[in-house]
Amino acid sequence: MTVFIIHVLNALLYSSVLFLIAGGLSLIYGVMRILNLAHGNLYALGAFVTAWAVGLALEAGAPRGVLFLLLPSGAIAAAACGALIERTLLRPFYKRPEEYQLLMTFGLLMILEDLIRFVWGPNPLSATTVYAALGSISIGEDRYPGYNLVIIAVGIFAAVFLWAFIYRTRFGVILRATSQDKRMASALGVNVNRVYIQAFTLGCFMAGLGGAIVVPSQSAVLGMGVDALVLAFIVVVIGGLGSLEGALAGALIVGVVREAGITLFPEIELAVLYLIAAVVLLARPAGLFGRP
Amino acid sequence: MSMGAVTASSKVSTTVRVGAWIVPAAALLLAAPFVIDPFQTLTLTYGLIAAIGALGFNLLLGYTGLLSFGHSAFFGGGAYTVAFLVKYLKIASMELFLAGSVLASALLSVLFGYVCVRYTRIFFGILTLALSQVLWSLAFKFFWVTGGTDGLRVPTPTLLGAAPTDDKMDFLVHRYYFYVLAVFAVCVLLMWVIVHSPFGKALQAIRDNETRAEFIGIRIRRYRLIAFVISGIFTGVAGALWAPLNGLASPDILVWTFSGEIVFMTVLGGFRTFVGPIVGAVAFTYLKTYAVGFTVYWQLLLGTVLVALVLVLPTGIMGAVEQLASKWKRAS
Repeated sequence: MTVFIIHVLNALLYSSVLFLIAGGLSLIYGVMRILNLAHGNLYALGAFVTAWAVGLALEAGAPRGVLFLLLPSGAIAAAACGALIERTLLRPFYKRPEEYQLLMTFGLLMILEDLIRFVWGPNPLSATTVYAALGSISIGEDRYPGYNLVIIAVGIFAAVFLWAFIYRTRFGVILRATSQDKRMASALGVNVNRVYIQAFTLGCFMAGLGGAIVVPSQSAVLGMGVDALVLAFIVVVIGGLGSLEGALAGALIVGVVREAGITLFPEIELAVLYLIAAVVLLARPAGLFGRP
Repeated sequence: MSMGAVTASSKVSTTVRVGAWIVPAAALLLAAPFVIDPFQTLTLTYGLIAAIGALGFNLLLGYTGLLSFGHSAFFGGGAYTVAFLVKYLKIASMELFLAGSVLASALLSVLFGYVCVRYTRIFFGILTLALSQVLWSLAFKFFWVTGGTDGLRVPTPTLLGAAPTDDKMDFLVHRYYFYVLAVFAVCVLLMWVIVHSPFGKALQAIRDNETRAEFIGIRIRRYRLIAFVISGIFTGVAGALWAPLNGLASPDILVWTFSGEIVFMTVLGGFRTFVGPIVGAVAFTYLKTYAVGFTVYWQLLLGTVLVALVLVLPTGIMGAVEQLASKWKRAS
């Protein structure tokens, strides 16, 4: 029973981080119809910035409480980077075929990958002090890291917050309207350019937040962005590109399959995930929650 | 009567125009290994191999309007087929390598294509990407079969039954170069025939207007599948030629970012023209070789080139050449 609870918690842990990454990716696609291949790099950016900020604070001898306040710094950095990218590089492409948008974001992926290497060097950065600060809790006879529960809580909070944001606020209404019919929304007086930059920034913020909360439990390494992006693809393909409910469902499915896969079928764990994605696409082309 | 004369004369002028390109290009390529140093010849060999892959890729992007982000599967599939033939069947003949990789990439692309051609645009891209990653994860995880991240060694093969010479470098830059050049020439010719055949025209009709193409009786999905398979086979052949040259088949040619590089080179050359992917592949190979030698931040350099390309030169090198040529014509 204890083992089962720990497996469930681990699955939730994966799902939380995946939801933050894939939710942002899906939000951006849903509103702007842009598939951001550089999205994983913004997740990596969040991780590196947070690890770097925590490291600086530790050197300065900051108390542990302050370290927790520094966690969101990565998310803010990713959001700022996203806003800049949208303004300068993506805006000229909204009227061009989506192949060009895809190529543009692929170029950005290469650039961001090397910028991170340039700024923080090739070695991994870690923020384990934050992880260790919370100790562990006991579940039955076993012990479970307390920080992992923080990640799960952030994931759940993000899901609830986003739902409320999109379905219960004026901004959410505008966002959904733009997503459904951009020209009509524009005709009704919505400033589409502003909605685009807000949606892109919010999406990047989520990716950065994913990186920021994950970095105390695992170090920030080069290449983590590209790996995360591929998993996020699986999530949005299963859930439906452009749907937040889909991203949540997809993240839960992928989280559970990964956790089961690591213990039961480690060699083909990734292959199984891709096959699930392929089967979902065959049965429901738009994904579980996508609009066809 | 006069109509026939017009087509005949335009056909003649096309032949002349094409000949004016091919003859000097062929002469340059044939003379290259005797003029430039061995390192340059090696780079050129890599470039020609990439060109075969890009040529295949462009049958989908340029002629059918489908952007695949999973062509690493076929390139890697071809390369790993060679490595498996060496490891498990102790084969050393390049002709058998090519035959094996054609067979393997045909099988693979029928399988992938059957799933993927139901979709277009972004979903097609994601699906090809996801399926290619299945292969990557298998190559990565089943290390006792595939060598994992270490990859599998591929020794120098026999060419047309002749055993390789002792000096490996000399073998690669002379005999192997001409072998690659011959395969390249055959591939270019084949692709030229394909895109100018009624089948090729049908693909372009599908690209330009799917609904109309369907109304005049083209079976869209079947045509797309056939294009997908041909495209996969070309890229598979490129992978098979690449493996002995590189000496190693490793998972980094199966990762989806390698597919991105194939897209990159095609767009660099210009995907709206027939020769665009060839020019782009050779240019990209040189660009990457020198960027990697010049700085550890070569991805930054290449990424900037790609972003700049998409921003200011979306028609690629050949597009720019055509624009310049038409300007020059008007001026004279």
